[in-house]
Amino acid sequence: MSRAGSGKGLNRRTKALLLTIFLTFLMVLVYVSGSLIPEEAVGTDLQRSGQPPSWAHLFGTDNLGRDLLLRTLKGLSVSMTVGIAASCVSAVIAILVGIAAAVGTRAVDGAVSWLIDLMMGIPHTVLIILISFSLGRGLRGLLVGIAATHWTSLARLIRGEVMQLRSQHFIAVSRRLGKSSGWILLHHLLPHLAPQFIVGLILMFPHAILHEASVSFLGYGLAPEQPAIGIILAESMRYLSSGMWWMAVFPGLLLVLIVLLIDRLGENLRSVIDPYSAQE
Amino acid sequence: MQLEARKISFRYHPRQPWVLKDLEFGVGQGECVGLFAPSGYGKTTLAMLLAGYLKPVEGEILLAGRVLPLSGVCPVQLICQHPEQAVNPRWRLRRVLEESGQIREDLLDRLGIERMWLERFPRELSSGELQRFCVARALTSNADFLICDEISAMFDVITQAQVWSVVCHEAQRRNMGIVVITHNRHLAQRLCSRICDLGNPS
Repeated sequence: MSRAGSGKGLNRRTKALLLTIFLTFLMVLVYVSGSLIPEEAVGTDLQRSGQPPSWAHLFGTDNLGRDLLLRTLKGLSVSMTVGIAASCVSAVIAILVGIAAAVGTRAVDGAVSWLIDLMMGIPHTVLIILISFSLGRGLRGLLVGIAATHWTSLARLIRGEVMQLRSQHFIAVSRRLGKSSGWILLHHLLPHLAPQFIVGLILMFPHAILHEASVSFLGYGLAPEQPAIGIILAESMRYLSSGMWWMAVFPGLLLVLIVLLIDRLGENLRSVIDPYSAQE
Repeated sequence: MQLEARKISFRYHPRQPWVLKDLEFGVGQGECVGLFAPSGYGKTTLAMLLAGYLKPVEGEILLAGRVLPLSGVCPVQLICQHPEQAVNPRWRLRRVLEESGQIREDLLDRLGIERMWLERFPRELSSGELQRFCVARALTSNADFLICDEISAMFDVITQAQVWSVVCHEAQRRNMGIVVITHNRHLAQRLCSRICDLGNPS
């Protein structure tokens, strides 16, 4: 390859790998700093309520005098916890359902495909609100709601992948060499599915966070005293008309930034894992 | 012990025409039978049926009077004409070989498999090199019958002779039965004790 097109002479794969490591580091940093902030630091202090952004409080303070930067970071780490837990559960559901559909009987496949179509037909947010509300809101309702709605597209992808793999000749050879279905699943199928699974999991993550924030914003998710981004944004709506724009802008921007970064991370990881782009 | 096809018929879908109809075929132990037919006469389909990759729609495939076992190592092994489809693209070739059992060094030597190749991925070898692995894998499995479906088309003439001599030597040593499917009539006449022509059965 010519060096002209490749910046510092690194190939695309190496660049993607470095970017992936950097982004992962950034995510961990946000997560850890958010969860290390003690409760007292985001306590109320009415003497400094409603201050615009300054060097002492970069994001300003809210109506109760809480520092918005600390609160936003803490909120992000809560959101990330919900996002990680929900997308992990969702991805595991996806792989189980996808494999079941692909190796099961025609009836199983039909039922699963119907269910996926049904789930995809209902707007996610509505479904999450319904599930969260019926489970008594809070963290538990939200987690179940997000986990139960995000597996569909990954399940469909895995179903297709397994079906294509199953018709491969080397699988038939393996069976004729006396290998059991379980052995074939473990040694032939799962290693092929791992990249799809990991990338699907990470790309599910920003969706989960956004849904968590929007459902909390609407008041069907996390409790109002928890410092989630959705809660902060919902509170800010009440003070927006009195000119406290910083309460909405900075937490909102940070949420968008994190979501875009995770999305970028997933796309990068895809190009790192995909063996067919190894030499590019 | 004999591998036989008893009045087998096969089609890929009930609405499609028969690929094979009421076919009778048999091969005994220690025998080498050539199967010869123009393209599109169902040679590969017959190979898949004999090795248990497909089930006949009518009739049955019998090994020593019994239906082929569904599980366990199949005593009839197939070597197919597309080696790149017969190996897992994500496995190193050592693992591909080990799938059928302990690697036999003597086989590797006689088939001309270089030790370096064992640590490579299938993508990094040519189809001729891969086919030697497929032959080694089939021979390692201790099968009683070997179905060779156009296995030597990708070899040059010298390698072709080398691979066939390994296969025939193993067959003689273990008293295996072999079905050779080929377009090359001279090769079939050279190798086989009997030639069965699907095109004009007589």
